[in-house]
Amino acid sequence: MLATQTQPFAEPAISAEHLVRRFGNLTAVNDVSFRVEKGEIFGFLGPNGSGKTTVIKMLTGLLPLSGGSARVEGLDVRTDAEGVRERIGYMSQNFSLYYDLTVEENLKFYGRIYSLEPARLKRRMEEVIQLNGFEPYLKRLAAQLSGGWKQRLALGCAMLHEPNLLFLDEPTAGIDPVARRQLWDLLFELSGHGITFFVTTHYMDEAERCSHVAYIYFGKLIADGTPDSLRQLPDVQPQGTLRVEITTPEVTRALRLARHIPGIRSATIFGQSIHALVDENFDLDGLRSQLLKNGIAVAEIRSLAPSLEDAFVELTYKHQALLEAAGD
Amino acid sequence: MTNIFRGFGAIFYKEVLHVRRDFATLFFSLIIPLLQMTLLGYGIDTNIRQINTVVFNADGRRESRELLDRLKNSDTFRLIRYVQNDRDLNDMIISGRARVGIKIPVDYSDRLLHQMSAQVLVLIDGSDSSVAGQAINVTTAIGLDESLRHVLQDRVAFGVDMRPKILFNPDSRSPNFFLPGLTAILLLNVTTFLTAFSIVREKQQGTLEQLFVTPVRPMGLLLGKLLPYLGIGFFELILILTCMRFVFQVPIHGNVLLLAFLSLPYLFVSLSLGILISSKANSQAEAMQLAFLTILPSVFFSGYIFPRETIPTILYPLSYLVPATYFINITRGIILRGAGLVHLWTDGLALFFLGTLLLILAARRFHNKAILA
Ligand SMILES: Nc1ncnc2c1ncn2[C@@H]1O[C@H](COP(=O)(O)OP(=O)(O)OP(=O)(O)O)[C@@H](O)[C@H]1O
Ligand SMILES: [Mg+2]
Repeated sequence: MLATQTQPFAEPAISAEHLVRRFGNLTAVNDVSFRVEKGEIFGFLGPNGSGKTTVIKMLTGLLPLSGGSARVEGLDVRTDAEGVRERIGYMSQNFSLYYDLTVEENLKFYGRIYSLEPARLKRRMEEVIQLNGFEPYLKRLAAQLSGGWKQRLALGCAMLHEPNLLFLDEPTAGIDPVARRQLWDLLFELSGHGITFFVTTHYMDEAERCSHVAYIYFGKLIADGTPDSLRQLPDVQPQGTLRVEITTPEVTRALRLARHIPGIRSATIFGQSIHALVDENFDLDGLRSQLLKNGIAVAEIRSLAPSLEDAFVELTYKHQALLEAAGD
Repeated sequence: MTNIFRGFGAIFYKEVLHVRRDFATLFFSLIIPLLQMTLLGYGIDTNIRQINTVVFNADGRRESRELLDRLKNSDTFRLIRYVQNDRDLNDMIISGRARVGIKIPVDYSDRLLHQMSAQVLVLIDGSDSSVAGQAINVTTAIGLDESLRHVLQDRVAFGVDMRPKILFNPDSRSPNFFLPGLTAILLLNVTTFLTAFSIVREKQQGTLEQLFVTPVRPMGLLLGKLLPYLGIGFFELILILTCMRFVFQVPIHGNVLLLAFLSLPYLFVSLSLGILISSKANSQAEAMQLAFLTILPSVFFSGYIFPRETIPTILYPLSYLVPATYFINITRGIILRGAGLVHLWTDGLALFFLGTLLLILAARRFHNKAILA
């Protein structure tokens, strides 16, 4: 702790220690600790209601902590919330814009609220407008923008004051794939300028693009690392197991059967195929003939490196089992 | 460094934009109080006709019947029943079936014939004071008229002496007395909602949460919201006063500018009250309920309906807490009695303190962000 304070360059963008947040009986965030280094794109994942938004609100000073501590941009969120607010930008889960104001007015308002000098406000407006391509829409009411543009405008408003750290809560929910891709291109560009991002998402392709991901499951942080390191976790790919992809036209029926075959530890449908975790010495040809005997043709069985999604699914299963064991 | 009004300019700028963009809707909401005033005002002001009237004619001769005909023809009274004793006369009024009871004494004709002045008793149910006021005016007019006819015919001074007596509510009001008070209540009603709705809307849109992650300070936020609406509240006051003065012909005896000036602290209170409400309410419906709860004491304890002197002793201190008390004193003072700043500065100051208190309370709630939960 002391060491990081004396080395300003090693100071992380976020360091959360044993964060706890309770709502009555519900512990929405349960002893969560993690670090986000400067310049990272930190992907924060987890099922609905697992506490992602709650963690963001605690880090941005919107919700008091029930326990633990957090430093954001080197400042304690408990004692220096105001300093934190100067340095961060926040785009909430439902883009909070003033719909009866135009694009330009929305931007100008957020510039003023951070009390940017007129000259700096003008320069930043121009930069943000240029970066996001707002030029043709300046006089349009925010209400009349498409979903993708609303989200861009929200991002534009959140970054106008040149924050070092941006919190984006599900920035790509409900947006078409092209707009999604464009947004991520923008994030990478900004990240290149040294801005740190804290992004929540439900999209695995987005998670794969992050330099650092963490997975929260009902208040508990159950994975934290680079996408590669998570794929190689022992829980995801236990010793003596093999991950295979079984491609078949009848995935549902095949899955039902597969679950009762000894040697198959878990199986999940992915589109037109089944991803299964099997024992190392499992007889794949035996599986093929067994399925065929039940009238299920198998196009292909091949071994597979685990995806990030596999990793999260495995981790979720494991923790579900743990929770059930603890509950009963 | 820590400027407690941080963000004021930005919020003010934004609120003005909101107002400009949606002026049509806003203007409509400002018209509603004028309609309310018109409805309530005419309810009191216009001639009330066909008041249910019960008659006990103990005399029954020609002179008395002539008098009754004149009352009937006045159109103000509808003679619904003739009774034969005082008790029935009273019962009719107490039960509410008649508003006015007229008793012509046994010796009415005799006295007139003997060139003495005769008395007619007019009992008036004061529980509806507008009816009461009307009844008094008309009966005395007819009495006077009747007398004049006798004077002219018989050259006897003062023939018929109408003796109105108001039951139940001796403190009756006229529109002049009523409308200045109504102004205060209407103004409270509109302006409280202005700020309450404005902030509740930001809560629902999520923009309030967004504001809370910016460096804006509670006081900057609240004053930035309050000031534009102070302008609108002021505009509303002008509308209401214009309606009162020119539609209802209520003369303003004092200085209109002073009235305008002293309305500022009152508007400040009601807008702050709206803000305080918005810190609690999460929807427009909730805000309306809370606003209704806070406006109600202003209706009952301010002297608007019941004179403050009639408030029970234990509730009396409440009247000092409701803002309308002070402003009704100001409006009635200036409009009816021609009072000046020397008489009213304490009321203005009290309002200013009340508004500041409410705003500080609200700012504390906004600071804790408890309101987002
Ligand atoms: N203000 C609150 N009062 C009570 N419970 C709350 C409050 N805010 C969140 N919760 C609860 O805390 C838990 C975590 O919610 P949170 O919004 O952080 O989840 P999330 O991971 O962001 O979910 P999603 O993916 O749906 O956005 C949920 O069970 C939620 O119901
Ligand atoms: Mg969320």
